[in-house]
Amino acid sequence: MTAAMAQDLPESIAALIDQPQYDETGDFPVERGYIWTSCASVENGNPLYWDDEVAASLTGGPIAAPSMLSTWFRPHHWAPGLETQKLPLQVHFDLKEQLGLPEAVMSDNTTIFYEPVRPGDVLRTCQRLRSVSGEKHTKLGTGRFWVIDVEYRNQRGDLVGVESWTGFGYRRGATT
Amino acid sequence: MTATITGLTLADVAVGDELPELRYEVSATTIVVGALATRDSRPQHHDFQFATERNGLKNIFLSSPNQLAWFERYLTDWTGPTGRLGRLSFRMTESVYPGDTMVFTATVAAVDTDDVDCGWVEVEIALRVGTTTCTICKGRIAVPVTPDDNPWARRGERWQP
Repeated sequence: MTAAMAQDLPESIAALIDQPQYDETGDFPVERGYIWTSCASVENGNPLYWDDEVAASLTGGPIAAPSMLSTWFRPHHWAPGLETQKLPLQVHFDLKEQLGLPEAVMSDNTTIFYEPVRPGDVLRTCQRLRSVSGEKHTKLGTGRFWVIDVEYRNQRGDLVGVESWTGFGYRRGATT
Repeated sequence: MTATITGLTLADVAVGDELPELRYEVSATTIVVGALATRDSRPQHHDFQFATERNGLKNIFLSSPNQLAWFERYLTDWTGPTGRLGRLSFRMTESVYPGDTMVFTATVAAVDTDDVDCGWVEVEIALRVGTTTCTICKGRIAVPVTPDDNPWARRGERWQP
């Protein structure tokens, strides 16, 4: 879903459209334990992830399942000295707060996969707000749709993937 | 020793083909393990009271990133390891809860080669519980054009997902 751009958007939010935000490096290198945990969670027996010979033959060594892209950027639940927990897709939570919309759901996701992610890679990411709609009334409540892209690169600068999320921030019980 | 690798080639696929159905009984463990695997500690995926009393849902539910992993597994079960995902798009309309039986079905919507001779298959997938369609997904996956082709070997301009 694309969110048509609102004309009534606060200037502070309109100024963020297409701008890179939250340029961050992952908290930890990509590692095989998580790759196997992910495959196990959906009973994915693809030998590319379990058989080193297959991985060597097809991909020049082990790679992460492409669908794990966002996994490498979910923050630790706790870390020393961390006073407030970091949130994944921070732009989404910023919009909720700035627009006074306490509830939110994610509806659509498109992920495009480029260079494979490999164990040992340390990924970088940035988020870009692409659009925010005018107020809409849905069965959940009244609010706005927004689209946020998340770009992922490896330590060599190669693009490894782009996620595009559509979110809907809303106030409950405000349908008309 | 050389690994034996088998998988679909483009000639094996035609528009209108249906993928084998995948059925899976979802438990609370499925939901929690899926959230853990994607490092998702949000309470709606593990805390029954939060999900029901705070969010007004009937139970904890399958997370979006884990659904992505289910779609990947479903597609590569079909293509074999030589299948390389280019793009996945999905829209969730209903949640998947413990006790549900997920049923994945899919139809091939397009088969072609691009400007750099990469073979692509586009698939429309539905994740249903009973008669309810919970998520629809479109997948674009590269498969070998010939038995000795390897989509994973493509880089840079030779990979146009």
